[in-house]
Amino acid sequence: MSDTAHETGGAGPSHRGVEAGVAVVVGAFGIITVLGSLKVGIGWADDGPMAGFFPFYIGLAIIIASVVNLYNVLAAPNDGSVFATWEQIYKVLTVVVPTAVYVTIIPFVGIYVASALLIGLFMLWLGKYKPQAAIPVAIGVPIFFFITFERWFLVPLPKGPLEQMLGLAVG
Amino acid sequence: MFEDIGNLMHGFAVVVQPHNLLLMVVGIVLGVIVGVLPGLGGANGVAILLPLTFSMSPTSAIIMLSCIYWGALFGGAITSILFNIPGEPWSVATTFDGYPMAQQGKAGEALTAAFTSSFVGALFAVIMITLVAPLVASFALRFGPAEIFSVYFLAFCSFVGLSKEPPFKTIAAMMIGFALGAVGLDQMTGQLRLTFGSETLIGGFDFLIAVIGLFGIGEILLTMEEGLSFRGKSAKIDLKVVLKTWKELPKYWMLSLRSCLIGCWMGISPAGATPASFMSYGIAKRISKRGKNFGKGEIEGVVAPETAAHAAGTAALLPMLALGVPGSPTAAVLLGGLLIWGLQPGPLLFVEQTDFVWGLIASMYMGNIVGLIVVLTCVPLFAAILRIPFSVIAPIILVLCAIGAYTVHNNTFDVVMMLVFGVVGYFMKKANYPLAPLVLAIVLGDKAEVSLRQALLGSQGNLGVFFSNGLVGSVMTLGLIALFWPIIQNGWARIRGSSPEARAAE
Repeated sequence: MSDTAHETGGAGPSHRGVEAGVAVVVGAFGIITVLGSLKVGIGWADDGPMAGFFPFYIGLAIIIASVVNLYNVLAAPNDGSVFATWEQIYKVLTVVVPTAVYVTIIPFVGIYVASALLIGLFMLWLGKYKPQAAIPVAIGVPIFFFITFERWFLVPLPKGPLEQMLGLAVG
Repeated sequence: MFEDIGNLMHGFAVVVQPHNLLLMVVGIVLGVIVGVLPGLGGANGVAILLPLTFSMSPTSAIIMLSCIYWGALFGGAITSILFNIPGEPWSVATTFDGYPMAQQGKAGEALTAAFTSSFVGALFAVIMITLVAPLVASFALRFGPAEIFSVYFLAFCSFVGLSKEPPFKTIAAMMIGFALGAVGLDQMTGQLRLTFGSETLIGGFDFLIAVIGLFGIGEILLTMEEGLSFRGKSAKIDLKVVLKTWKELPKYWMLSLRSCLIGCWMGISPAGATPASFMSYGIAKRISKRGKNFGKGEIEGVVAPETAAHAAGTAALLPMLALGVPGSPTAAVLLGGLLIWGLQPGPLLFVEQTDFVWGLIASMYMGNIVGLIVVLTCVPLFAAILRIPFSVIAPIILVLCAIGAYTVHNNTFDVVMMLVFGVVGYFMKKANYPLAPLVLAIVLGDKAEVSLRQALLGSQGNLGVFFSNGLVGSVMTLGLIALFWPIIQNGWARIRGSSPEARAAE
């Protein structure tokens, strides 16, 4: 868990650039908060401070803090460190992209089928496992979760066509 | 006082029921696993497993959840010592001497020392909670809105003063949390705000989703980027090693006591376990006669951070119970649990829910004893979990996070939000923004805001209400000191004409 810049060599976006970007995004978030607060009123009504009173000053604080953060980034000399190498970013994307697909298909196929696909493809593609190793894990883990959540703890999770076909959807 | 002891005994009676003891063991084991695996920390481990407890009685639920927390605290030490990978941020300092000890073939001693000191630290903090919490609670019963706000103010200002991240980044992160917490229905006027016409935002942002995303998904992305491969030392703990180490440990009683005190102090103020462990390690290194050997496998270097981390982790529950202000993200998640079970954390808890409070305190004693036994006997098992390749563990953790996020409100949109929070958390972590104040601000935002507005309403908008009596004035002043601490420290150093050497500990 390193929180400082990586200086492991290799090209990639500069740490300075990304950090400035984060400060700008945070500042924009502050502006949105201020605008949203102004819409509901930031003043004083008969029953005390209005709904936007508190978030308005919060938004203001965000803007001020990110201006200072941005200034600190830009004022510091460029040390040439990279935020992450392209290779590292690629590795991160190999998690983000499948997970994004995973969360999008959950409402349609249910969480169990989606999980089986996620685990299976992850093992085959990134772990370079043989199908005979990946498939049992991919099917076994969701079944284990099904028994734990639906049967033992009585917590229903989203289900899709497959569960309906098997008659497990009402549980 | 005597009444409290009676209540505590009653609490023990509740806790030792077989059903609750079983939950305790289950909680500890789950907690250690959560603490050992990257991407599953105490906070989001508890968050993910929170829905499992919805069908239990609040007392059983809190026993299981708090045991997950103790387990996670214990688990961090295993990975630090055997694999040189801190499973939790607060066990980073444990790697400094724990891993060298393992390399020298003294893994058993290091683990025994770590677990035992964790136990001592936690026990010290629990005794402190037993004695102090009821007093604080009865004192806090007389608080009005201004006093309540001043406590929140102090809690959040301490973050700015004590965290090792740049102060303006801490402020930015914290304020983002407050802004997210403000989205949705305004509690006082019933008006919708900051929803920008979106229906999904009416309910606001749930902090449990934020916790699972920021700490869970974000951590997996970081782990993935670093391309961790686990190559650990093997561990065998037999009774002989344990006894031998135990015989040696009493020599370090002074070190333990100091670490306990540091831990309790840092735990009550919301700085948390991580700075406590570093501070304790740094001070031990400076004071110890063998300070030069620190970093090469000195047992004192394991005792100091572990004691402090556990004392802090446990002490963080004191303000959560007595004031309703959690001292750490995990305590915040537990507080969220209380709200879901329909309990109102804070001083009234001690009056209205004596069974629950003393059950929880009793479970802290029992949980740590059970935890010590479980970890001492099962280390090889837990170490084996780490040998499962990351490409298998990662998707399973992702699935667990998704299940946890879904079950909070039975809403698939929350799962999407979890991923968004995860990516945000990755960037924030890399850009050195602290995540804990953000999470705490989402949880406490509404309450802090309500107390602020009520106080201002009472005073007709006059800010003088926050200095209207000695109590509220001094808490506010402490808060301001904490807020401006970096500047004060800097100024002091400049007056003295020397560089602030306290920084060397970090």
